[in-house]
Amino acid sequence: MATYNYTPADFKSDQEVRWCPGCGDHAILNAVQRALPEIADATDTPHNLFTFISGIGCSSRFIYYMKTFGFHSVHGRANAVATGVKVANPQLAVWVTTGDGDSLAIGGNHFIHAIRRNVNLNVILFNNEIYGLTKGQYSPTSKLGKITKTSPYGTVEKPFNPGELVIGAKGTFFARTIDMEVQLSKECLVAAAKHDGMSVVEAMQNCVIFNDKTHAAFAADKATRAERTIVLRHGEKMLFGANREKGLVFENMKLKVVTVGEGGYTLDDILTHDAHEKDTTLHVMLAAMKYPDYPVALGVIRSVEDATVYDEAVQRQVEEVKAASKIRCVDDLLHSGATWEI
Amino acid sequence: MNNNVQELQDVVIRFSGDSGDGMQLTGTLFSDTSALLGNGISTFPDYPAEIRAPQGTVAGVSGFQVHFGAQRICNPGDYCDVLVAMNPAALKANRKWLKPGATVIIDGDSLTEEHIRRAGYATLDPIAELGLEEYNVVIPDITSMTREALRETGLDNKSVVKCKNMFALGICFYLYNRPEEYAKRYLESKFAKKNPAVAEANKLAIDAGYNYAANTHQFANTYTIAPAPLEKGTYRSISGNVATAWGLCAAAEKAGLPLFCGSYPITPATVILEELAKRKDLGVKTVQAEDEIAGICTAIGAAFAGNFAVTTTSGPGLSLKSEALGLAVMTELPLVVVDVQRGGPSTGLPTKTEQSDLQQALYGRNGECPVIVVAASSPSDCFRWAFEAGRLAMEHMTPVVLLTDGFIANGSEPWRIPSMKDFPAIHPPIVDEAPEGGFMPYARNEKLARGWAFPGKVGLEHRVGGLEKDALKGCISHDPANHQKMVDTRAAKVALVAEDIPAQEVYGDAEGDLLVVGWGGTRGHLQAAVDRMRAEGRKVSLCHFNYINPLPKGTDGIFAKFRRIVVCELNEGQFANYLRQQFQQFRYEQYNKCEGLPFTVAELIQNFESLLK
Repeated sequence: MATYNYTPADFKSDQEVRWCPGCGDHAILNAVQRALPEIADATDTPHNLFTFISGIGCSSRFIYYMKTFGFHSVHGRANAVATGVKVANPQLAVWVTTGDGDSLAIGGNHFIHAIRRNVNLNVILFNNEIYGLTKGQYSPTSKLGKITKTSPYGTVEKPFNPGELVIGAKGTFFARTIDMEVQLSKECLVAAAKHDGMSVVEAMQNCVIFNDKTHAAFAADKATRAERTIVLRHGEKMLFGANREKGLVFENMKLKVVTVGEGGYTLDDILTHDAHEKDTTLHVMLAAMKYPDYPVALGVIRSVEDATVYDEAVQRQVEEVKAASKIRCVDDLLHSGATWEI
Repeated sequence: MNNNVQELQDVVIRFSGDSGDGMQLTGTLFSDTSALLGNGISTFPDYPAEIRAPQGTVAGVSGFQVHFGAQRICNPGDYCDVLVAMNPAALKANRKWLKPGATVIIDGDSLTEEHIRRAGYATLDPIAELGLEEYNVVIPDITSMTREALRETGLDNKSVVKCKNMFALGICFYLYNRPEEYAKRYLESKFAKKNPAVAEANKLAIDAGYNYAANTHQFANTYTIAPAPLEKGTYRSISGNVATAWGLCAAAEKAGLPLFCGSYPITPATVILEELAKRKDLGVKTVQAEDEIAGICTAIGAAFAGNFAVTTTSGPGLSLKSEALGLAVMTELPLVVVDVQRGGPSTGLPTKTEQSDLQQALYGRNGECPVIVVAASSPSDCFRWAFEAGRLAMEHMTPVVLLTDGFIANGSEPWRIPSMKDFPAIHPPIVDEAPEGGFMPYARNEKLARGWAFPGKVGLEHRVGGLEKDALKGCISHDPANHQKMVDTRAAKVALVAEDIPAQEVYGDAEGDLLVVGWGGTRGHLQAAVDRMRAEGRKVSLCHFNYINPLPKGTDGIFAKFRRIVVCELNEGQFANYLRQQFQQFRYEQYNKCEGLPFTVAELIQNFESLLK
């Protein structure tokens, strides 16, 4: 492990942060700036290699507040721009900050294909279930029936669950956190950075102006979070509750919430989280858990090694073909194949 | 057999058949063979959008026209001396392209009631119905003779019948005294590994066709065409799309940067992506993106990261790329967008040529959003213009749209191979370390180009993006005066390119009665028309444009020296209107065509003559 001795201040730009007071984005920015010194050391990445790419939306202003290389692109295209950056220079540590509108609506195609290709990007998906920058229209993650300016009688379309989408698109890494849980966010971000391949960290984020308390049912305060969310850690029992008395078991092809010591369930019956399992079945089930039927799953839900990392594979192929080819410069190319003299 | 050999100056052959009949290969082998003999060559593949359109129908006819001669040939010819038709539909589709008295070779086995009806004839006598009595119509039973010749190969009937195109090629080889070696070698290398029996059968079919033609009395004469007096050197045959791909490789090499191409397959531009995908040997990275937008956005990302980035497309794809092209203008990153134009609007005519994306290239974006626009004018000069597009993009830090079209992209011609030492080094304004006082991303050089600081360079951390930028620091600015300044600067930067390109030239005399004005892929036809009229004493010159925005200096001076100006283009007058805007003092006549086809020299001359009256 390298020791760069960076501090969060090394990653703060001189630009005034202009999100609304109380916006969840402040906490996410804080978590990222606190995570980067650790990430730099853990992944041996010097400051000059960090590159942040964003699309459009509140979340996408993020890059202006980072004292790193940054590219604020156009709506929905962050993942495509980031793919180009990473393929062009695989040495860079490329981060994407994006939102539920940016990556799941207008940029849905780029999002799923970047995941499918397993480009080594670290994506932070700010999910506030609303369009904030355009002042309050429903998004692809807004709950069914949600009343907004463009759905005055409630939406009649079902939302995406980003975790199901990521894993369905062959995602190798998916984690979930809550904006206020800065420590957990940091833990997820470090794990995402260490993951070789595309990682998506969904940050359940509160929009204090247009969708206040959208996650409050399970995220309102520490006590609520203890009872209504479950933090998953690889190799640990799936336990939650103020006293970690509740847990998840697998019964009749479904997950079930039980209380240890009640109904004949013992600690041995509780599932142990295996984030490295290639099979997606349980990971999808965990990602899909919704309050009040289940606790909402947080932490690293899926983290699977996969040798096919797109930008590395492209680079490798270039090296292999270069080594085997007789064509070494454009002059060689021009004279390759059938030619004749006059 | 006869030995009555006549010498000709130039010949046009059109090979036509079902889209699965292998006409493109047949035509290519004939033209490559002729190129090796030193003839001037120009080719024109003309094929349907469907891969295997309904067999035997006029809609499914695929054609390949080759024009070869004893001088440099600059267009594929209007009308053909020989039409090879593999079925009645091909005959019907191409009847209009016959020169008076042309030779028509049609497969006799295809003249069945079923085929004739499917081709939509009113009668069962296509020859009479099409009025071909005055033509030299030869009706060899190509299919059955091929079958007979390949009886002993042991191949199944389907494979045998597939060789009939090579029988037709053999006939043409005999007729024009071409050697068979090149085609045979090609077939060997194409099939030998996978299927040597097929290679052998195809070679036998060429022999059979050749021998049939030699033995029949139906061909009264054979012909030779002397080599063209071409400049000494090493030559190769090249298509516009391959030349474009290679020109981009050349620009990357001369800039010392890796080439990155993010593209989505689209007719007729796909071959550029295919060719660049092969060029990993030169370090080229290609991303076949999930859509056109991702194609340009990956390229923009790669440009930000310090590669020479390109995206390749056709008209509909350029529409999809519009917003991101604006982002490249705003972030002032070098980017080449190649638009191989096809018939539009919408999906339009995917396999047919047109020049109707000019205004889209110039103006098709939101905001005040100028880009450099250049156009290539022949298959081989796509190399030079792709190189030039790259040079301008990187040295001026701006996107460049390179316009080619389906005609020059698919067409091919012999090309004297240039040496890379004759091309200039490209010097992008790369910033390696922060100057005193810190790096200012929007500080500019004398070309008004901003510095290019790749992520990864120590101390150069900066942010760019699509929001309006402070004129120096590059941070977000909504200041009214700053926006005006940036709009003005982006326009001035592109306008300044006029200082970095040669003055406009005129072909022919510097003054006269009629100035023919064209741009891009029509040059071969326009020049041929002007040459012919000048040979007859007409005071006609050609002013052909490759630099579209900005226009080269000296343009208005040239225009002022002619009595009349006619702007010829394969659209409804987009360049003419652009010129009206730029130089309002002149009156512009127009000659336009939107048939999905190149001009014919004949129609151009007819129009020019009427303007001279």
